[in-house]
Amino acid sequence: MNKVARAAMKIVQPLIDAFEERTGLIKMMGDLARHPVPPDTGWWYVFGSATLVAFMIQVVTGIALSTSYISSSGDAYQALQFITTQALLGNLLRGMHYFGASAMVLLVGIHMTQVFIMGCYKYPREFNWVTGVVLLFLTLAMGFTGQLLRWDQNAVWSIVVGAEQAGRMPVVGTMMAHFLLAGKTIGGATLSRFFAFHVFFIPAIIFAVVGIHLFLVLHDGISEPPVAGEPVDPATYHQKYDELIEKRGVPFWPDAAWRDVVFCVAVVIAIVVLAAIFGPPKLGPPPNPSLLARDPAPDWYLLWYFALLALIPHKMTTPVILLAPLVGVIVLLIVPIVSNTGERHPRNRPWAVGAVIVIVMMIATLWVEAIREPWSPDFTAQPLSAGIVGVSEGPIANGAKLFHEKGCEYCHQISGNGGHRGPDLSFVGDRLTKDDLTIRIMNGGYNMPAYAGNLSPQDLEDLLIFLGSRRHPGSAASGGK
Amino acid sequence: MTSDGENRAPAPAGEAPLSPERRAFVVRVSLGLMGLAAALVAVPIVGFLIGPLIRKFPDIWRPIGKAENFSVGKTVLVSFRDPSPMAWAGVTAETAAWLRRDPSGEFTAFAVNCTHLGCPVRWLQDANLFMCPCHGGVYYSNGTVAGGPPPRPLFQYPVRVNNGMVEIRTSAVPIG
Repeated sequence: MNKVARAAMKIVQPLIDAFEERTGLIKMMGDLARHPVPPDTGWWYVFGSATLVAFMIQVVTGIALSTSYISSSGDAYQALQFITTQALLGNLLRGMHYFGASAMVLLVGIHMTQVFIMGCYKYPREFNWVTGVVLLFLTLAMGFTGQLLRWDQNAVWSIVVGAEQAGRMPVVGTMMAHFLLAGKTIGGATLSRFFAFHVFFIPAIIFAVVGIHLFLVLHDGISEPPVAGEPVDPATYHQKYDELIEKRGVPFWPDAAWRDVVFCVAVVIAIVVLAAIFGPPKLGPPPNPSLLARDPAPDWYLLWYFALLALIPHKMTTPVILLAPLVGVIVLLIVPIVSNTGERHPRNRPWAVGAVIVIVMMIATLWVEAIREPWSPDFTAQPLSAGIVGVSEGPIANGAKLFHEKGCEYCHQISGNGGHRGPDLSFVGDRLTKDDLTIRIMNGGYNMPAYAGNLSPQDLEDLLIFLGSRRHPGSAASGGK
Repeated sequence: MTSDGENRAPAPAGEAPLSPERRAFVVRVSLGLMGLAAALVAVPIVGFLIGPLIRKFPDIWRPIGKAENFSVGKTVLVSFRDPSPMAWAGVTAETAAWLRRDPSGEFTAFAVNCTHLGCPVRWLQDANLFMCPCHGGVYYSNGTVAGGPPPRPLFQYPVRVNNGMVEIRTSAVPIG
């Protein structure tokens, strides 16, 4: 075997040497891979590499999917059905693309948090933070446009929601909305436009910015792990860093990179396993804008923002839509300007740690609320059973019937049935008098329609009797609060 | 030719270095030419991308159904084709409206888009209300806001009765 190998090398080695003599690529790649990095970087430094690997998974799975995907508004749905149900491994591939996107969003968030918490964005790496911010928003843009290529009813209505938000911009709003729709309505040009954004425009920018990001990593060097009590001083930083690298630096490959390899492989395995177990998101009904039985919602990574728009005071909707992303970008871009020197260790930066905790908790809370959707009417609510109502005929039973028919139950819960938009009315008879209830029903409120003119006097009476009967067991038979 | 001349090495070929003034000039010319080339490529690309914004969409009256088929006091979902659908638009060329026949006999066609964020509103016949599934916007039967975040009433499409046929004039997706 050794003889065979030696014979093969006798043939191959001159070819390699000739290639290297003419290109210098092998030495260059080797030098890059083995460039010295600070010691003891540890597992906190693996998330950037993992984000890049997730992006590469998106590129290769996306290219593969594009061989069968048809970016035509009229045909994409059938193409997706073919990929999902008939194409060999198509379901797995779609799943990998979905979980790859999720991994990329998650990892870019973790990477950014780690860079912030460890102060890696400080001098001289401020500009690389800026490229990271650009990559964060490009990643989210890829997520949104990718969700729309899943060309079903949810995608169509999500585009409308996106266009409506663009339409809130002063002066150019309608123009921006029509630019997104590629016309004045959803139609033949809409999908191909988002397809071009998703597979050409945005990835091209990502490739360019990732190139700058990696170049700056090499140019400025990987930041050393922060040490409490050793602040960043631009006057002395380079000297200290160079001394550290000279005395204790280790080659990136393999001394530090082995951890990146292990974590990245774990990410790949997780993506494939999740795709195999759960598959891609199910296709909804066809993308017909005249079908209305849809509650459009973005994928999980933007769901928290959807919840925010539901929970803010109504008059704040336009300012939040227009200013929140802008403020987010500005704040992230300002970070390395206002705090590019000083302490890096999180132990001595309580405000930085506090800010991260607040942001994470805010997003997590909004996510939980977005899953519950308490602001959304529950159109699946069924009429209250006789067991819950307590009687099957008479004014109380009729009131319960009206409670369902008039849509009250879509927003109000009774004994575990109904929506969460309004207060739970399971024991409303203990809290409100008949007059209180009458005023609320007839006049409505902040989120509640006024039912004056929508209920006959008899229906109102029956509804009041029914609601008045909703009491804790054992409470007074009449009166209420 | 002298003997000195015979022994002298040939003068190196090539241009003399540019003077600073000429160098600045060729830099400006080069940058200008590159800008010109970029503009020549970019103008048609940008024009193509914003083409849909300036493309004229004819407003077309689409027949919906015979007026006699719509009950007074009822609100029903009707669908019709976009004004100028592309051949490959498929089902996406369909659009819808909530068509209401008032007790006076007049027709009103409401856009199906919630004025909050554009989600599709549903008509609840018994409740006599439109409700939006996204963020809980509610409208009365005449399209005015009854509750929730919508900033304005439901948009309306022009509607007419022509030779006994209800017709809706196609319009753009209503943008807030």
